[in-house]
Amino acid sequence: MSVKHALLALLETEPMYGYQLRAEFEQRTGETWPLNVGQVYTTLTRLERDGFAAAEAENAEGHVVYRITEAGRDEVAAWFTTPVARTQPPRDELAIKLALAVTVPGVDIGTVIQQQRSATMAALQDYTRLKRRAVGADPRELAWSLVLDSLVFAAEAEIRWLDHCEARLRRAALEAGRQNSRLDDETSSSHREFHRPAGETPSTSGTEGTSR
Amino acid sequence: MNPILELTDVTRVHGEGANQVHALRGISFTAHAGELVAVMGPSGSGKSTLLTIAGGLDQPTAGTVSVEGTHLGGLDLQGRARMRRTSIGYVFQGFNLIPALTAAENVALPRELDGISARAARKEARTALDEVGIGELADRFPDDMSGGQQQRVAIARAIIGERRLILADEPTGALDTETGEEILQLLRARCDAGAAGVLVTHEARHAAWADRVVFLRDGVVVDETGADRVDVLTEHAAR
Repeated sequence: MSVKHALLALLETEPMYGYQLRAEFEQRTGETWPLNVGQVYTTLTRLERDGFAAAEAENAEGHVVYRITEAGRDEVAAWFTTPVARTQPPRDELAIKLALAVTVPGVDIGTVIQQQRSATMAALQDYTRLKRRAVGADPRELAWSLVLDSLVFAAEAEIRWLDHCEARLRRAALEAGRQNSRLDDETSSSHREFHRPAGETPSTSGTEGTSR
Repeated sequence: MNPILELTDVTRVHGEGANQVHALRGISFTAHAGELVAVMGPSGSGKSTLLTIAGGLDQPTAGTVSVEGTHLGGLDLQGRARMRRTSIGYVFQGFNLIPALTAAENVALPRELDGISARAARKEARTALDEVGIGELADRFPDDMSGGQQQRVAIARAIIGERRLILADEPTGALDTETGEEILQLLRARCDAGAAGVLVTHEARHAAWADRVVFLRDGVVVDETGADRVDVLTEHAAR
């Protein structure tokens, strides 16, 4: 996350000192990504070094107030008009875990998927509960509510992806079962038994594995 | 606390012999007053069967269903129909409103069938429509309303007459994201006001409005969620 640009964008609204910047940032993002004040001051020092912000004299309470420079305004404008790069997908522990669960013997992938789905669902319920409270006309509340929406959609996408993985794995298991039954022989009168993946209970419909 | 809806060891088998399909296999399920429970699962997992059995529209092959303490299995056809009119509200994906009746008439219908006077039923209907935020549309016909408005009428019809069990089958399926969200807020508010709600959905975002989420696979409850908190966020909200 670009702390530098976020702080610079806040300075665009008015000159502020470090603690103030942190508070304003967290009001908009609900402490989803907590900033420590040391990080804020380090960033301010760097912004000053690069000519994007300038320190003003201390205010009455002894805080050093920073204001944005012309170069800083240009930098913020460029940030807002440039899409966030997606060239390097962030490391996704869940995707890596499933990729390994599929290939490492002895892992019950169905359980891995269900446990994750429940955990993500519980988080999604919490975000939704918070959303119900976060309503107000204040643009900062709206900002926080949009951040919550982002978390909601990300959690939903994860659950959909898990559903998708489950359906694909079921289909793969069905196909493997079908191939085995063909290899076994044609004498079996109960093809349905063979079509069912090992350890699975009979499904309510033959297309279960391909649904959704 | 006694549950409003209680399913005990419910099994539902369709067909016979080699064509037997087990839609539900010994499911136990409860919904209490003030609680919204979501049921999630892929097509064929049994979630719609569960809802139709809970609503008395279908009978279990084995097991019992009780609504507000009354065993549905012990009722005759008429008794069950009466139960559906007085205790159970149904909300469907396709709204199921009668096109020739106005919003208020649609909502009043179950009450009129119940034998109360048309005037009293209309009055209750208007209150119910007010409650779902569309009191001013009482005299409109369904065709002259948006999908979201029609679903609000359907919810008003489901809650009229102090019914305390609301069963919703993909109620947001035909609506856009924002409107769907509003419908869920309504269901949620209804449950917060003391009803028990069961919401069948395949959308995680919608299930997240529930207090509990039950996962169905092949007619069996495989998991349930709803207790844990994301600490950081709840702390923020508490401030």
